[in-house]
Amino acid sequence: MRATLLVALHVFRDSVRDKVLYSIVAFAVLLMATSFLIGQLTAGQDAKIIKDLGLAAMSLFGLFIAVFIGIGLVSREIERRSIYAMLAKPVRRHEFIVGKYLGLVGTLLVNLTVMTAAYYAVLLYMAFTLPESAFAGRPAAMDPRLLIAIALIGAELALVTAVALFWSTFSSSALLSAALTAGLWVAGQFGSDLRNFDQVVQSPAAVALARGLYHVLPNFSAFDVKMQVVNGLPVGAGYVAVTLGYAVVYIAMLIVAAVLIFSRRDFK
Amino acid sequence: MLQAYRDRHFSASETAQQILYVRSPGAIKRLALSFDAVAADLYWIRAIQYYGGTRLSADPDKRYDLLHPLLDLTTSLDPQFATAYRFGAFFLSDRPPGGAGRPDLAIALLRKAMAANPERWEYPYDIGFVYYRDAQYQEAAGWFQRASKVPGAAEWLEPLAAVTLATGGNLQASRVLWQNLLTNSDQDWLRQTAERRLQQLDALDIIRQLEALTAEYGRRRGTPPPTWQALIADGALRDVPRDPAGYPYVLTPGGKVVNVDNKSPLWPLPTEQAP
Repeated sequence: MRATLLVALHVFRDSVRDKVLYSIVAFAVLLMATSFLIGQLTAGQDAKIIKDLGLAAMSLFGLFIAVFIGIGLVSREIERRSIYAMLAKPVRRHEFIVGKYLGLVGTLLVNLTVMTAAYYAVLLYMAFTLPESAFAGRPAAMDPRLLIAIALIGAELALVTAVALFWSTFSSSALLSAALTAGLWVAGQFGSDLRNFDQVVQSPAAVALARGLYHVLPNFSAFDVKMQVVNGLPVGAGYVAVTLGYAVVYIAMLIVAAVLIFSRRDFK
Repeated sequence: MLQAYRDRHFSASETAQQILYVRSPGAIKRLALSFDAVAADLYWIRAIQYYGGTRLSADPDKRYDLLHPLLDLTTSLDPQFATAYRFGAFFLSDRPPGGAGRPDLAIALLRKAMAANPERWEYPYDIGFVYYRDAQYQEAAGWFQRASKVPGAAEWLEPLAAVTLATGGNLQASRVLWQNLLTNSDQDWLRQTAERRLQQLDALDIIRQLEALTAEYGRRRGTPPPTWQALIADGALRDVPRDPAGYPYVLTPGGKVVNVDNKSPLWPLPTEQAP
């Protein structure tokens, strides 16, 4: 356990030192602030648009961090050959993998927290400067239900990180790992299309394949409740719990698979 | 620097024809991935800029061909985007040059809103409003009645349905509708529109009174008043009459008060038949 946490801390410090991370976070914060200017073009929809833009920015930039740092978690150590020094230490292979994962997820959580703080700061500013009519019949600016969407964004990013780490354990090409991770994320957005494939094709084999893919591929669309929370629609605690549970189970499966693959790799 | 020089010395190229590259709501929803809310907001901004740009353009033949497709895409991406439905319906049904003059598209958009949001009474009410402005009072009353049956609907809907059925087309019924919008709408732009419409109805009332004065002058003098000064000299008026926006009314040589000044923000006035 101690070795796992040390690896995690090392990954966290490395990520925080990475200048790309600062620029992404700064850009996300700037985007949220400038979204207030965009709100002037929108015929009274400032509040809605700023909320939408802020959540989308958190999701998008978190995705970039998860993908571009996640794909290098293991492969970069192998490229630099620092993996030999790492494995020579009393660190077991599963501790190494889990530590890498926890380190990046920790980084993502810190970034998400910074972005959430900036987001609510912009919303607080709006609450004081926009007229009451901007919020009439709509959720308040500082709506705490937005945290539900942010929590599910965090869970989604943790799952994307697990996917990226999985590819990183055996793929030697960072570009391939990035493409596979991004491709899986895109495919995961079409869960409802795969589930309802029988409405567009007649072939039972195609329908069965689509249904199989629906159950096997990570269903990233389930984590997307941004529109519901911004429009004030209820998101049940049961739904959130099941979705978070789904993320935990899927992440566990990917980590176990990554550990199994990494354990069998011969670095000689 | 080169760009500034070019802008100063070379005329701008003809505005490119406005094109919507993606018209299919299904396609745009898939392309947006999990960013459909933001994509809806972008299409909304585009719809606003398109409407405003067309309305303010110098082109005498103002066409709003892309307004409905833009609103359709916006509301397909975000089916809970209430303002897009209501704004869209209002300006789709408004007569040119202020709107597209397409009440059929307005109603189609609102029916789409009702399908996605059956718990909202505002959408059947808005359909009634579109029919009312198209002078189809029986249909309008039917939709106001239907809206009144939605749980949580405003209390004034049922009396409004009754008034519309009884006196549809009458300026007083219009005043009730616009006054309700002014009092109950949560949209600034809609309240401003309602305020303008009420001022236009006030102007129509004043025009009737002024025409009564010019008719009386004509009966006594045997000829209609040539100018407002004649009426002032006759003691019928103290000053040149002005509309609620402060612009003088126009008096034709035949003594008819045609309209407000075309520079007035209240121009053009609605007609009795289609308020």
